[in-house]
Amino acid sequence: MTILLEARNLSRQYGATMAVQQIDITVKRGEILGFLGPNGAGKSTTMNMLSGNLAPSYGEIRINGFDLFSDPESAKAQLGYLPESPPLYRELTVSEYLHHCARLNGLRGKSLKTAVDLVVERCGLGDVSRRLIGQLSKGYQQRTGIAQAIVHRPAVVILDEPTSALDPVQIRQIRELIREIANEHSVILSTHILPEVDMLCDQVQIISKGKVVFADSLEALHQKRRNNSLNVTMLNLPPAEVLATLPGVTAIEQLSAQQVRLHYLAENAPTQQLLAAAVNGQWQLQELIHEQDSLEDIFMELINSETQRRGKD
Amino acid sequence: MWCIARLEAARLFLSAFAWIMLALVQFLLSYLFLSHLDYFVQIQGQMSAIPGAPGVTEMIIAPLLNNAALILLLIVPFITMRAFAEERRNQSLSLLMTAPLSAGQIVLGKYLAYLSFFTVQLLLLVLMPLALLAGAAIDLYQLSAGMLGLLLLIAAFTAAGMFISSLTTQPIIAAVMTFCLLFLLWIIDFTTSSSVVGQTNWLGWLSLLGHFQPLLSGQIHSMDLSFFILFCSVFILMTVRRLDAMRFN
Repeated sequence: MTILLEARNLSRQYGATMAVQQIDITVKRGEILGFLGPNGAGKSTTMNMLSGNLAPSYGEIRINGFDLFSDPESAKAQLGYLPESPPLYRELTVSEYLHHCARLNGLRGKSLKTAVDLVVERCGLGDVSRRLIGQLSKGYQQRTGIAQAIVHRPAVVILDEPTSALDPVQIRQIRELIREIANEHSVILSTHILPEVDMLCDQVQIISKGKVVFADSLEALHQKRRNNSLNVTMLNLPPAEVLATLPGVTAIEQLSAQQVRLHYLAENAPTQQLLAAAVNGQWQLQELIHEQDSLEDIFMELINSETQRRGKD
Repeated sequence: MWCIARLEAARLFLSAFAWIMLALVQFLLSYLFLSHLDYFVQIQGQMSAIPGAPGVTEMIIAPLLNNAALILLLIVPFITMRAFAEERRNQSLSLLMTAPLSAGQIVLGKYLAYLSFFTVQLLLLVLMPLALLAGAAIDLYQLSAGMLGLLLLIAAFTAAGMFISSLTTQPIIAAVMTFCLLFLLWIIDFTTSSSVVGQTNWLGWLSLLGHFQPLLSGQIHSMDLSFFILFCSVFILMTVRRLDAMRFN
């Protein structure tokens, strides 16, 4: 697959502090890269650098083959960017604003009109296209911001926390929109919301204090879930000693009179044996839930391990 | 460049602010115009007895344009403060920075938009002296020299205002700083005007007023023209540099 955005060794220094250190980013065509990190980890700094709003102290960025520093105009033509606060002009209507944005990106005449019409339809802005941006709700403003980023059909779309400050319904709509955008463009999505990454992204990069602590596919992140357990509810619960004899079980946690949690090693899940034993012993199984480390746990673990490691240095 | 100018002009003319400004400035200037006219009519009888007395152009139009220059000195900072300070405060500058445009195109585009706005103001202004054509003979050459002077003056004001707007994120600070700078450049030769005639003083040379006054009286010196062109270019170039530098901090 073609690599559309490639950043090497990206660093940014503010005075003596390194806000971002040696980040490598590669995005292929049709991919959504989730850029995840707690607040203040350097997400927005990185997004600003990738979009050419901020010059990195070191490193290079290539967008669809064009170097962002030696050939900024060609590179920026391939780029759509939605900063953390959408760059809107409140005194313009949605349609006027999008026309101007398309014109800024070099569209003219008929192709300009079709591009704006298309993006208005895709972002669901048809009903509000003649209203002033200043009067729109936050959700519609955010959509206008996204429309602005994709109106010129760039190769790479960079979205900086696109769902922050929205209500749940709006978040869902924006997520659907992002997924749709990814059909045609490569997307870099910065966020501090984990489920969002889980729902949308193909690749994940986690950064903490300006450093990458994880960079791989979403599946690889899921495989990092090590601790497995079964949450079992039985009306006729046998004593813990009996359950402990099941192969693979490493620990038992009594949750209530009828509920236990069985911990086991990932390689040998005791589910089959447990079911067989439950039928034989008439334990009256009510509920069997497979539990895993949540993404959140992995996230915290990655960030904490990095902090600890640095503490030892 | 033109698309930036178009965007900026659209934003300017869509806001009530621009129209209110145009209307109020026009009101002030027409009041001044009428009072100059009134005064001229009063003393016209005595004037006609003096040979070589100043005519309508010197008595009404030149003072009017002089007043207009002062009013514009007050108004321009409030328009140019929007250029970059407001954009940075609304964080909308990234829209322009991400577009495939160079800093030079952004700055020149905005500059042209503001110039076009003030040109509208000047067109409204010039209607008043032209109205005198109905009843008096006016010196059209002197009028056009004066208008050229006013246009150059505004070009200089705008360039300086835009540069200062790029220095801060607070529009009001930009406006006040621009006003102070322009006012200083306006009065800078007050102290030197009493010095010996013929002695060139560099402070006096910096004065905007000193380069505007000859144009008002109908004298177009290439030195004054080059001063204004130099003044504008320096500030525009500094704004471009400043915009480029913004990416580094």
